[in-house]
Amino acid sequence: MLADFTGILVILIVGIAVAVGMLCVHLVLGPRRQFRAKNEPFECGESQIVSPHRRYAVKFYLVAILFVIFDVEAIFFYPWAAVFTEIGWFGFVAMAVFTVPLAVGLLYEWMKGGLDW
Amino acid sequence: MTAVILGVVVGAFAPVITWIERKQSAVMQDRIGANRADIGGITILGLLHPLADVIKLLSKEDVVPTGANRVLHLIAPVIAAVPAIIAYGVIPFGSTYVFGGETISLVVANPDWGFLYIFVIGSIATYGTVIAGWASNNNWSLLGSLRASAQMISYEVTMGLSVVGCFLVYETLKLTDMAMAQDTTFRVFGFVEVLFGGELPWWVSQFAVLPQWGIFLQPLGFLMFLTCIMAENKRPPFDLPESESELVAGYFTEYSGMRFGLFFMSEFIEVVVIAGLITTVFLGGWAVPFLSQEWIVDRVGNGFGAFAGFGDGFANGFCMLVHFATFLVKVVAVIWLQMALRWTLPRFRYDQVMDLCWKVMLPLSLVNIFVTAALVLLLGE
Repeated sequence: MLADFTGILVILIVGIAVAVGMLCVHLVLGPRRQFRAKNEPFECGESQIVSPHRRYAVKFYLVAILFVIFDVEAIFFYPWAAVFTEIGWFGFVAMAVFTVPLAVGLLYEWMKGGLDW
Repeated sequence: MTAVILGVVVGAFAPVITWIERKQSAVMQDRIGANRADIGGITILGLLHPLADVIKLLSKEDVVPTGANRVLHLIAPVIAAVPAIIAYGVIPFGSTYVFGGETISLVVANPDWGFLYIFVIGSIATYGTVIAGWASNNNWSLLGSLRASAQMISYEVTMGLSVVGCFLVYETLKLTDMAMAQDTTFRVFGFVEVLFGGELPWWVSQFAVLPQWGIFLQPLGFLMFLTCIMAENKRPPFDLPESESELVAGYFTEYSGMRFGLFFMSEFIEVVVIAGLITTVFLGGWAVPFLSQEWIVDRVGNGFGAFAGFGDGFANGFCMLVHFATFLVKVVAVIWLQMALRWTLPRFRYDQVMDLCWKVMLPLSLVNIFVTAALVLLLGE
């Protein structure tokens, strides 16, 4: 069990080392000639009129909430699938009972127009 | 040790993929691709271009826009690149081989929760794009990252649900076990005997045989998984977060030099991860079609090996090389498929992307799960 984590830990260290190392080399090799106009955020040649840090469309929050609901559902499917033949038809029916409310919820969301863009 | 070698190989592999993509687009659009970069007049088919790219990216100035969050702007590319690299950890490049008393498996980490790990790593990658867009203090970046967040989390759900069919068939989340389970064949019309009784003509049961690969057992799951995972990677035709014609460059508009390079790199590394994952889950992993591992080891060890005076170690080593080569061939084929799709399909509209996910693939994947579950129970696999 612990051996699983060592492999992942090593590759995690390698991954971070590659990414951070590249940034460090870049920091050393890259020139630094900065002035005000160059550092302005790109806005098609204009100076920025509105700040990007303001309110967004509520759609994105809605998708995030839906994501949480269905992602949790997806996670419940995983262990169920891994032991499926052991639990047999009982497991099948149990999962169907678990899925029906979610499917109804999706349908409701769909009818209400929550999935339209 | 394996992990270190793997990390280096992967780091070197990403630039080569950029070359493959340029070359393939050139071939598909009937023009001569990248072939200018040379060292002393030697171009090697343009293979020096990736090298030139890296040098160029490393020696460019690092511009951080005014008003940007400097810390988040710096760590966002790292958050995007690291998950792409570490996702390799659980993908098996080969089976388990015995040399003398020693057992070697060609995989860095082999946890029981292998696929769950991929799932988790995939969601962390979302943070990189979202943080990059928000920290840049740029309207284009913000729009790109909003699109990226909604698209990636939506497709993550369907991606997770579309492979559940495969878990049902193989009864495991462990990627090595999945590949192992595909190292065999099944009779295509065998289900007729189980469901309706009676016996098929001998030539049907003898010749209508396919490798037990995910793509044959779960064709719908394969199509949905391919679509979802390509949308996860934000590559064309799902490249709305960085659509050049509307959003300049999307969430990495304000990135330059190697910080941009890390985003770029992560995208191409993910192409290889996707290819490895699809190969492992749907295309039989390292398995050679119709030739199981025991068969190869047995034939080579007792046939040619005994004849030439080599031991079991030779047979295992030979088998390892064959499996690794098979895995590479399959991975390259899937990479080719992804790039061909990229240069074939135009970009979708955003509402089409979201509708495809929530209104088509989510219900379809749920139906797929229950149909598969019922079939698994009926056929008594």
